[in-house]
Amino acid sequence: MAYRHVVGPRTHVFADLAALMAKATPIRSGDRLAGVAADSAEENAAARWCLAAVPLADILARPLIPYETDDVTRLILDTHDAAAFAEIGHLTVGDFREFLLTATPETLARIAPGLTPEIVAAVSKIMRNQDLISVARKCRVVTRFRNTIGLPGTLAVRLQPNHPTDDARGITAAILDGLALGCGDAVIGINPASDSVQAIGDLLQLLDAMIQRHAIPTQACVLTHVTTTLAAMERGLPVDLVFQSIAGTEKANASFGVTLPLLTEAHEAARSLKRGTLGDNCMYFETGQGSALSADAHHGIDQQTLEARAYAVARVYRPLLVNTVVGFIGPEYLYDGKEIIRAGLEDHFCGKLIGVPLGVDVCYTNHAEADQDDMDTLLTLLGAAGCTYIMGVPGADDVMLNYQSTSFHDSLYLREVLGLTRAPEFEAWLHTIGLTDAAGMLIQGAETPLLSAAPDLAA
Amino acid sequence: MSDNAAIWARLAALTPARIGLGRAGSGLPTREVLRFGLDHAQARDAVHAPLDSEALARDIAALGFPTLSVASRAPDRAAYLRRPDLGRRLDPADRAALKGPKRASDLAIVVADGLSARAVHANAAPLLAAFGPLAERAAWRLAPVVIARQARVALGDEIGEALGARAVAVLIGERPGLSSPDSLGIYLTFGPRPGRSDAERNCISNVRAAGLPHDLAAFRLAWLLTRALSLGLTGVALKDESDRALEAAPTAPVLADRDAPST
Repeated sequence: MAYRHVVGPRTHVFADLAALMAKATPIRSGDRLAGVAADSAEENAAARWCLAAVPLADILARPLIPYETDDVTRLILDTHDAAAFAEIGHLTVGDFREFLLTATPETLARIAPGLTPEIVAAVSKIMRNQDLISVARKCRVVTRFRNTIGLPGTLAVRLQPNHPTDDARGITAAILDGLALGCGDAVIGINPASDSVQAIGDLLQLLDAMIQRHAIPTQACVLTHVTTTLAAMERGLPVDLVFQSIAGTEKANASFGVTLPLLTEAHEAARSLKRGTLGDNCMYFETGQGSALSADAHHGIDQQTLEARAYAVARVYRPLLVNTVVGFIGPEYLYDGKEIIRAGLEDHFCGKLIGVPLGVDVCYTNHAEADQDDMDTLLTLLGAAGCTYIMGVPGADDVMLNYQSTSFHDSLYLREVLGLTRAPEFEAWLHTIGLTDAAGMLIQGAETPLLSAAPDLAA
Repeated sequence: MSDNAAIWARLAALTPARIGLGRAGSGLPTREVLRFGLDHAQARDAVHAPLDSEALARDIAALGFPTLSVASRAPDRAAYLRRPDLGRRLDPADRAALKGPKRASDLAIVVADGLSARAVHANAAPLLAAFGPLAERAAWRLAPVVIARQARVALGDEIGEALGARAVAVLIGERPGLSSPDSLGIYLTFGPRPGRSDAERNCISNVRAAGLPHDLAAFRLAWLLTRALSLGLTGVALKDESDRALEAAPTAPVLADRDAPST
């Protein structure tokens, strides 16, 4: 069905809902690359007027990718909660924006199971950055494994101690640096250079030993392919969280070597290990706008809507952590600091509204038109939006993956200016080992006991 | 130097990561802010440095590999950065030149600029020097080494298909990091043809003097290729367990070759 909007003497025609949503999206290079972006600023604005008038019930009734051809669409519709949707089923996209701005946290939690990613993406397209921040801030998504992540007023940090050759001593040194700067409550998570099961096993044991030796209330993850983690679990290796990159279409997931049954199998295997002490949220997913187009699996849909569909995939596995790696994919999808900042806020909003614990890898590559000032801006906005967690990379320079993310210091900055605390169990642990004062502030020079607990390194 | 400063100095020597930086309040010390800014400037410059195909061809030919030169459909760096689709397709004239009579081969090797010509200049020839003896011992039939400009990984699919190779290994400049503007990646794909997905490839990353050494990278490539040719596939179904092979035979001739000329 075609959509129309009249502006003065011109009538803008949009062939179908997918085209309308794509053309209503704030301009970014990936949608231009896919050939779905608006051709003019007026067409972009007209599409937003037109989209604002579309009933939410119409979006639900018109899947962008047919039910028969895509298992993500089937998952979205088969798990849709019609009762939760009933509360908002009479609204248009424009009405829904105003509903969200006035809703309480309890209301947002109640309607979340009734939201499809397409509905969430549609409303985000007519929202300004401040709308994305103020609504996301009201969403409550709390998860648990060995600590509690996502409580209001908290910000967690993934400690990312990557090393270019997975050297155990180098990784340990980076972990100590992160812990000494009060980071690591979301997860201590390594992106390995190798994907051999043996190398992965060595890293899993290193992390497990470290967490046990210092009794750290956190969890470990080696971010390798789900099939490798399954193999590690079969060998009896200590797996806390199962990691996998996911996307918003069946074909894009296939390009990652992933199917929904495979994720289900891994989820059940990890749960059966019962390694979480406070809860059983044991999946960790990463996503990012542009992945479907990169795999030639985008079905003519804009990259931000496809990203929201990835959150619907994540939702059914009740993950501990989900993060968009917003600037990692490169300038062909998000060209510069402005596009990365907008996408980071959209992703965080969509994930939270749908009900997943969304963190953001605030990042960029050296071939994008962006720098640390852009990251400071996005970091600060996400802190205001109640972002679940950010990355902590030594000096913001990931020496394995070759991109710039946020640093341990960046998290200290954000805590200081916004008054954000850590996961409470981790906060208490830092105080117990003498790294922080009663207010959670780091004590200068207090890391000596922690460092001397690794005598093989420090000697 | 305080005890802590001495410990941090020792820890920092264990990793190229920026650890033990100190802090000024919640922020970084001034020297670290300035160091980061300079490194970012150099990485930005590396992205835009052009590939010296002629010098590269001479270096590779000197190792005994015949070479060919091709370009993708991306006319320049600006187009290359915005249009990855162009970097995955061969210039039509070059495609025609690759086609034509050829002998069957087990492996086509593509040396591609990717996002860092500097990585290719520094690492492609040393990697090939280490790989040559392994290929000879395995009696693999190699297609000419193809040097590709403005190239993405998937360009290897079209090149491998045009050359009629059973597998293709793309040696490509990885996106420059702040501390590693010269890192080479190797992507191995069995049965190359346009449309292959990334899940159908095996990757060896961070090949450079300060990362994965050239002889180890060559050993991994040979290990993966042996498995790929015997299983008839690459990708997520082919797990890299070359570490085990190394540990099982620490004095294997493959690494003894580091110090001895190959036979």
